[in-house]
Amino acid sequence: MLQIVDLNKRFGTTAAVDGVSIDIAEGAMVGIIGRSGAGKSTLLRMINRLADPSSGRILAGDVDVASLKGAALRKWRAQCAMIFQQFNLVKRLDVVTNVLVGRLAYRSLVPSLLMQFTAAERALAIRCLERVDIAELALQRADTLSGGQQQRVAIARALSQQPRMILADEPIASLDPRSARMVMDTLARINRADGITVVVNLHDLDAARTYCKRIVGMRGGKIVFDGTPDLLDAAAVRTIYGDDVSAETGADAGFSRLVATEAAARADAPRQLAN
Amino acid sequence: MSVAATAIDAVERFETAWQSQRREKRRQLWLGGLVLLVCTALASYMAEINPRNLFEGLPGAWNYIWRTVPVLRIETFRADMAEWYWGFWHWLKLLFETILIAGLATLLAFGAAYVGCFYASANLNGSRKGIWVVRRVFEIFRAVPELVYALIFVFAFGLGAFPGMLAIAIHSAGALGKLFAEVNENVDTRSVEGVQSAGASWWQTMVFAVSPQVMPNYVSYALLRFEINVRSAAVLGFVGAGGIGEELLLAVRQFIYPEISAILLMIIATVALIDMVCERLRTNLMGEGRQ
Repeated sequence: MLQIVDLNKRFGTTAAVDGVSIDIAEGAMVGIIGRSGAGKSTLLRMINRLADPSSGRILAGDVDVASLKGAALRKWRAQCAMIFQQFNLVKRLDVVTNVLVGRLAYRSLVPSLLMQFTAAERALAIRCLERVDIAELALQRADTLSGGQQQRVAIARALSQQPRMILADEPIASLDPRSARMVMDTLARINRADGITVVVNLHDLDAARTYCKRIVGMRGGKIVFDGTPDLLDAAAVRTIYGDDVSAETGADAGFSRLVATEAAARADAPRQLAN
Repeated sequence: MSVAATAIDAVERFETAWQSQRREKRRQLWLGGLVLLVCTALASYMAEINPRNLFEGLPGAWNYIWRTVPVLRIETFRADMAEWYWGFWHWLKLLFETILIAGLATLLAFGAAYVGCFYASANLNGSRKGIWVVRRVFEIFRAVPELVYALIFVFAFGLGAFPGMLAIAIHSAGALGKLFAEVNENVDTRSVEGVQSAGASWWQTMVFAVSPQVMPNYVSYALLRFEINVRSAAVLGFVGAGGIGEELLLAVRQFIYPEISAILLMIIATVALIDMVCERLRTNLMGEGRQ
């Protein structure tokens, strides 16, 4: 179980995350929703410690993650894998090496710096790629893949860390609808089959309702909603997103149209440079 | 009516702003030009530039070049060539040594710059002190000319190729280190975060996230440095630090004019060849880097 107690993150005078306290049960699939700038990303990044909290505690068992350093911090990061909106792969490395990056925390320094991995690790990487259905792309360079494929590589990288928890920061915001569904299905499957806790930031309300049994709403750095999808009625949506937003989608129409066109444009972009 | 009125206002407002911006730019241009002119005048005074001296000296220079032109007759062409290039194989060996000095020095410099450059990049090294120290070390390396290093090392290690190689390596390490560190600062932070978030250590992050992105640029800079180093290695022999330079200096000192042109032409041909090959390699690399 992950316990977050009175967590704060200030950038200058603005509070990105403002006194957040929340428990996340082992094996849960939790969706965090809210507008851009609500503090969802910062919260997730603090759990992985890509961002350092200004104050507060993040408890995993009896370990305070907020104060970890050095090797202990790296071990923690290996346990809570991160997935990003922009995939954050190393584009000029091949797919399998990107997945093997998930093993770096477990490797001694010198062999890893020579990009040496054991046969067992390579096998694990391929099994992870198989689980996201792209094992045959293992030797291609990451930048030759489409957005959806790249996000699946990122999920395989997360899996190769053999984590207890996956933190996904807007994993489908840059994807076309079909790829988005595939990515969310994969995350849900991993959550069910492996019992890995999944915390996923979404701005798409539909996706949150479909995939998450627990939804947390954030606004202005605070948690303003926490409950099951059926409790998320029009009034609740308004508290999370404000009045100018449709209760159905959680986004104003102009904005969602913009997002849709952008996603389509990205999907159409010729990414298959190698072929 | 009101639409037209506001439109005219916008145009007028723009026009005034544009005019004043243009005046300001002109003023800066004149000011900059004046400063440049004063600096040029000062510099020519300090450097004792004297046009008459230049014109009086030119025939002397021409005369010198003319003397290095060998006597080549059609009827005895082969014999004349053989006499002109009497030391061809010896010189070729020395040229080869020159290239080896430059190559090995570039390789060593690459290694040193690679290890140091990540510490010198503000986006990769959190310690301001660390950045400051590594950058100063690079500066000291490249601020001292190769010839000065070579003099010191010849004094320390004796005559030969090794001190020359070391001299070029140290100077190049400073130059490459600075360039590499600058390349690092444009690296895509998303890949860096991706690798970091998986629990990679700092050096693992450098090797897996930064290095693949910047390697084409590194290699391109190293090839450029190799070109420069071949030229440097060719003159290091002047202070007894190996390579073809010593032979050239000997010819100059002893006024063996045709030998000067013979050796110089070989150096020019070699440098041109290496430049062409490196240029081709770098164009390919940069094409690769843009993907």
